Order: sequence, then C-alpha cells, then structure tokens
Amino acid sequence: MRRRPSLWRRLDAASRYAFPIGTLIFGLFVIGLPFGLPGQAELRPIFAMACVFFWSLYRPSSLPAPVVALTGVLVDLLGLSPVGLWAVLLLILQGATLASRRRLIPRSFFLTWAVFSSLAGSLSALAWAAQSLLALAVLPGLPVITETLVACGLYPALAAFFIRAHRGPAAVELA
Amino acid sequence: MLMLSLGLVLIGRADQNFSDHLRAGLDDLLAPAYQLVSGPVDAAEHGTGVIGHLFDMEAENEQLREQNRTLLQWQAVAMALEAQNDALKATLSYVPSPAPKFYTGDVVADLGGVYARSVLVVLPPRANDPKALVGAIAMDGRGVAGRVVEAGSRSARVLLITDLNSRIPVALGAAGAPALMTGTNGPDPALLYWAPGQPPAEGAMVLTSAVGGAFPPGLPVGVVHYNAQNDPVVLPLADLSALRLLRLFSYPENLPVLTPIPASPSAPHNRKH
Repeated sequence: MRRRPSLWRRLDAASRYAFPIGTLIFGLFVIGLPFGLPGQAELRPIFAMACVFFWSLYRPSSLPAPVVALTGVLVDLLGLSPVGLWAVLLLILQGATLASRRRLIPRSFFLTWAVFSSLAGSLSALAWAAQSLLALAVLPGLPVITETLVACGLYPALAAFFIRAHRGPAAVELA
Repeated sequence: MLMLSLGLVLIGRADQNFSDHLRAGLDDLLAPAYQLVSGPVDAAEHGTGVIGHLFDMEAENEQLREQNRTLLQWQAVAMALEAQNDALKATLSYVPSPAPKFYTGDVVADLGGVYARSVLVVLPPRANDPKALVGAIAMDGRGVAGRVVEAGSRSARVLLITDLNSRIPVALGAAGAPALMTGTNGPDPALLYWAPGQPPAEGAMVLTSAVGGAFPPGLPVGVVHYNAQNDPVVLPLADLSALRLLRLFSYPENLPVLTPIPASPSAPHNRKH
C-alpha cells in the first residue's frame, strides 16, 4: 500500500467517490434502452429515488446536493416531465433522508425499506399533483400506485447491490 | 439548491423553448451513445422482438405460418384489386398526391416518462434542415406511430399516439365518419367526438383525416375496438411497445385537400382549429 505512487491512490479514491454518481447516471441511461418492458418509464424516477435515498443514508458525501439536482434535471429531460420538477422532488427526498439518517441507520433493514416505500409513494403522489397542476388537467392516478408498488418491490434488490458496493467499490476509506 | 430547482421549474413553465432546447441538445448528445449500445441489444434479440418473446417463439412460429398462408391468399386479391385500380385511374386521369419526403431512422431509446410516451430516433446525417422535421409523421411498417415534436441535428423525438397530449383527427370506416383519437397514457388511445347517432363499429378501420391540416388523409392508424368499459378505443396497427425502425414523413405545407369525409352541412368537421 505504502509503496504505491500517490497518484494511483488518489485516482482510486476519486473513482470510489464517483461510484454512486456513475451508477446513477449509467442506470438512467440503460433504462432508456428500448427493451419494451411494461412500466419501463416508471423505472427511471424509481431508480433515481432509490439511489438518492440509499447513498444519502449511508454515504452522503458521495452524493452532494448539486449532483442530486442535476440528476433530477436529467430525469426530467429524458422523461418529458416539466424541467426541474424531479430536481425539486429528489432534493426533498435527500433532505428528508439526511434529517432522519441518525435515527434510521441503527434500525433494521425492514424499517428503512418501509420508510423508502412510503417516501417513494408520497413523492410519486407529489409528482402527480405537481404535473397535474402544471398541465392544468387531472392526470390518470394509476401510475402513482404502480410506481409505489414497483418501488417497494424493487428496493431490496437494488439495496443488495448498493450494500455490496458500499462495502467494496464505493468505499472511499479503503482506497 | 432547492430554490434554484424551483426557479428552473418556473423558467421552464414561462419559456417553453428553453426546455425544448435543453432536451434537443441532450438528445443529440445521447443519440450516438444509444446508437452504439443498440447494436448489441438488437443482436441479442435476433431482430425477433423483445427478449420476452424468445420464450414463446415456437407457438409464434406456428401462428406465423398460419398467417402466412392466409396472407398469400390476400396477396392475390390485392394484386387483382391493384390491377383494377390502375385501370380505373387510367380512365379517370387521376392526379396522384405528391410523394412526401421521408427519412428512415432507428429507434434507439424509449424516453417516455410516467405521464408521457416518446421514443428517440437517430436521423441520417443528410437531414440538413432538422427544424423542418418538427411535425413530421412517424410510421412503422404498419401504421401511424406518432409525430415528431423535437428535432436536433442528429436525433428526433417522436411523441407516440398513446401520449396524453396526442390528439389526432381520424376518419372511421368506409364512410369516413369523423372522430378524434386521444392518447390516454395506456396502450390503446380513446375515440372521442364521434357523431352521437352513429357509434363507431367494432372492427372498423381508423384512418387519419385531413381536418385541421396537420395530417394527410388516409394513413392507416388502427382498428376500432370496444373495451371492458364499453368505450370505443383504437387498437393501433403500429407495434408501439417494440418499435425498431420509424419512417418520418415530412409533408409539404400545402396539403392536398382530399378528405375521405363526405361533405354534409351538419358534419362537425367544418370547424376551424
């Protein structure tokens, strides 16, 4: 370790630091591929929410607020929602997570899962309300329910991947 | 940061061009990347459709053979009709409508949102005036899939007919009864504003209508079907869940007025939009 040149060490630390941002943006890109899966469009905000929630909870320094805002704008531009809407929602999610992280971290996985599901549900409802307001029309409410259910069902799988990453390739202190 | 984002929402609301520009720029940026990735994805699917279709290929093959036999019979009928049509046109000195300019593009990304349905199409580099492509009609091999809402120098975004904001004037059946096809965010668009006395018939062909001047008349869209709530919907001919190639038809501004709608004083299609 000591004999390695410090440049490589710094590169290693930087890549570990950038891992959450990288997976987030790469994931948003992959979700855009035309797989023809049902509900693929709903997956984009759910994936962004899961990433922001998990990394704000366990590694907040790797996902600063400007990055979260930019990710939100990316979600809006890719998904034809009003620009800035998901930036606001993801920042709210990050704020809520950071406020409750001291109480959440020592608790069991099931509690964080439940908290994420309820947050995802309320943010989907908020997105629905905001988009209805901006479009001056009542949008169909079914996507809110599917989004919440998919978010609830998908979080354990995503969390399993994130937890491995949290201990391995994203751990800055191991560099 | 939150204030900045809220400000962004307001700016986007006040100036529609701002978000359109950003989106077109991002689409242009992403299109080559998506194009690069879509090759291997296509190869993995063997060009047969989505990955899920691999499992029921056997049954599908059997069905296709059956369909092929039926279609061969229809081909004979079509050729006979074509010959008859040619003969009739020759005697009528019929002037064909001008052929539209079109581009063929790969669908490289499915960029829908929760309340929006759109796909990204990569344009060939020779499309020299991309802005002229806004409003072009996108068709897959079978029917109308949507319209171009944004076009950059390399890519175009097509709003599908299932999108909530999609409104297409259509003509129903052989008589060409007017109606409006509106996207519902679900797979099948709804039919609105048909004449109350004549409900659309199940199985009637849905063609575009030139009312309002946005579409040329007579492009195939789908077939009328009554859903579980007994509301008429359109089953699109285009395979909207697995679009691969789209042709973008850019029609000249002065569309020929050849509506298949019979002129009657009480018909609502005279209304100007």
